[in-house]
Amino acid sequence: MTATIPRLTPAPPPGTFLGMPAFPRAAKEALENQQLRKNLRHVTQTIRAKRSTRAEEVENWEDLRTAGEQIKNRVGRHLDQYLLQAEKAMTEAGITVHWARDADEANRIIVEIARAKDTREIVKIKSMVTQEIDLNEALEEAGIAAWETDLAELIVQLGHDRPSHILVPAIHRNRSEVREIFREEMGLWGVPAPEDLSDDPPDLAGAARAHLREKFLRAKVAVSGGNFIVAETGSLVIVESEGNGRMCLTLPQTLISVVGIEKLVPTFEDLEVFLRLLPRSSTAERMNPYTSIWTGVTPGDGPQDLHVVLLDNGRTKVLADPVGREALRCIRCSACMNVCPVYERVGGHAYGSVYPGPIGAILTPMLRGLDSDVDKSLPFASTLCGACNDVCPVKIPISDILVHLRNKVVEKKTAKHPTVESTIFGGVGWVMAKGWHLALVEQFAGLAGKAMKKQSYIGPIPLPVAIAWTRSRDIPVPPEQSFRKWWAAREEEGK
Amino acid sequence: MAPGTGKRVALFATCINDTMFPSTPKAVVAVLERLGCSVEFPTDQTCCGQMLTNTGYFKQALPTVKTYVKAFEQYDYIVGPSGSCVGAVRHQHPMLARHAGDEGLAKASEDVITRTYDFTEFLVDVLGVTDVGAYFPHRVTYHPTCHSVRVAKVGDRPMRLLEAVRGIDLRPLPYSDQCCGFGGTFSVKNPDVSVAMGADKAHHVMETGAEYLVTGDNACLMHIGGLLHRMNAGIRTIHLAEILAHTDAEVPA
Ligand code: SF4
Repeated sequence: MTATIPRLTPAPPPGTFLGMPAFPRAAKEALENQQLRKNLRHVTQTIRAKRSTRAEEVENWEDLRTAGEQIKNRVGRHLDQYLLQAEKAMTEAGITVHWARDADEANRIIVEIARAKDTREIVKIKSMVTQEIDLNEALEEAGIAAWETDLAELIVQLGHDRPSHILVPAIHRNRSEVREIFREEMGLWGVPAPEDLSDDPPDLAGAARAHLREKFLRAKVAVSGGNFIVAETGSLVIVESEGNGRMCLTLPQTLISVVGIEKLVPTFEDLEVFLRLLPRSSTAERMNPYTSIWTGVTPGDGPQDLHVVLLDNGRTKVLADPVGREALRCIRCSACMNVCPVYERVGGHAYGSVYPGPIGAILTPMLRGLDSDVDKSLPFASTLCGACNDVCPVKIPISDILVHLRNKVVEKKTAKHPTVESTIFGGVGWVMAKGWHLALVEQFAGLAGKAMKKQSYIGPIPLPVAIAWTRSRDIPVPPEQSFRKWWAAREEEGK
Repeated sequence: MAPGTGKRVALFATCINDTMFPSTPKAVVAVLERLGCSVEFPTDQTCCGQMLTNTGYFKQALPTVKTYVKAFEQYDYIVGPSGSCVGAVRHQHPMLARHAGDEGLAKASEDVITRTYDFTEFLVDVLGVTDVGAYFPHRVTYHPTCHSVRVAKVGDRPMRLLEAVRGIDLRPLPYSDQCCGFGGTFSVKNPDVSVAMGADKAHHVMETGAEYLVTGDNACLMHIGGLLHRMNAGIRTIHLAEILAHTDAEVPA
């Protein structure tokens, strides 16, 4: 550990995502956090209702979703062509294009650019992809401070914390916690919060503004992600709410944008579909406050040195999976997590990834591979209720992909030798293979039912699996006579 | 003439009803026969296989696809009292066959699923009835189960059937679109989250003041009912078919 070397930025919490416990255990801990559950319930239910109003008021919403789905499918089918087309267009517009196979390569490229600019700090626009590659820590190690400028990301960074939602990263904090974080931390890293800071949102925003302004005006390099790249024109698009993004995109001399290779759209016209789908699905707004589109360098205006890092980091692997590839359509709107009843109760941290909720449960294990305990548990972190499928603006069949990945987990776990679970399910498979097998088992259930005739429900059963059900839920006693037997008796009588 | 006259219907009881809740398929038989259908129960049938499929055991689930096709292929109407099981047959069986590389089975399955109906679909769409002559003088709240709504897509059919029941006092369920947290093996793989969701559902059910919680899926009812029973909530769970089966002659105790 580097505990003795003073840090340039607030240290994130110890541990890595991959070292996190599997979902069921992480979820159990999260369920006990009352503040988290209260905030989550409030935020998700509010935004859920607003989103459906904003979707329903668009007459051709379903057509828009289909268009979004089809455009993104086209991008997937011809990704090689569109990438080269985009590279050419961006290069012609004066952007330096870099290709990064994985997180290490991307981080190396960014560190090199920053070093060439002789800078000790960069400002950042909120971006999922730079969290995915853990850029901030790579920069820290290279002696460069990375400052998050999105308000919620700032709260997370100053709080030595991790984001728990794509859109509302500090959803797990309340305002008095935010005040404490600002009071204790801001002064250590820049302009301090006023002594008499209250927990009124306008006051908190004011403190953040003063703290960030100093950094905006000083920084020579900015890093962003990107919501879309138009292959035809080489234009980059960023959609945001606070305007901090606009500051990062226009003030520093150098701008580095890290963009996943799936973020392309073929033509400028295609943007129209997504600029309608995205704000309505994410913040439930008709139009988001700031949409920045830039096509290369404009002499004398804005950053004069533009870089784009096109990142794979597992995406081509996802594209190779005919079922899983549909997840690459994702435009990171967060509608699926806002509507998810599991997410509503456990929040983002339990998913052990920068991508939480339903999309995280499919995308994370596909990007990282089904190796760690947490990645193997993610496809099972869903009741398959399907609420996510219905709201997804690009119609990703999340439930089907979850089931597909469950099958992959099972095949991987049982590749060498059977597990306890696979033995049980092998038995279930046998029972359900033939009507008479099931009839046989029902005999035993009937005997149990007969033995417990006086009861209608059973309480806690101290056996594995059974206790998982019966610790909090009673279970009905099986009836003495199965339907099958009743039917046979009735047929007999009828004859 | 009764609307079901001349209609030969194969009952897909589903394994959980067959084993644990036989009163539900019995109720289906009662309603269908009352409406004039002739009901058969092909004894080769087992299960939709979704417990296996949804836990990732595709290979082990494949025999249920074959068994389903074999048991039901000769019928024009296959009716099951479970949006979840009917949904699984329609949505997953061809996928399972293709996953195993059995295109012949996939085709056979695609054919038989076009004739597979949830009980409420069969009543409303095929027989064209919403009033099935039921009488149920109780306070009832209806939870539209996720798979019945989002996979089988039964829509408002269950509600229309319930609204036509004489004597019923239907109470709207708050947050009815929220999953109850059962989720098949999710209920034991993630018991804490499952119970947290189920507890919220149980509380919403209690808020309605209903005596009965009704759904079209006994699996979800087993979960919510198990919680309600542990809480001594005094609310009973009942399958929709059983309400529809009740007539003036047989009022439940
Ligand atoms: S999966 Fe769909 S709903 Fe979820 S974040 Fe991505 S685009 Fe939005």
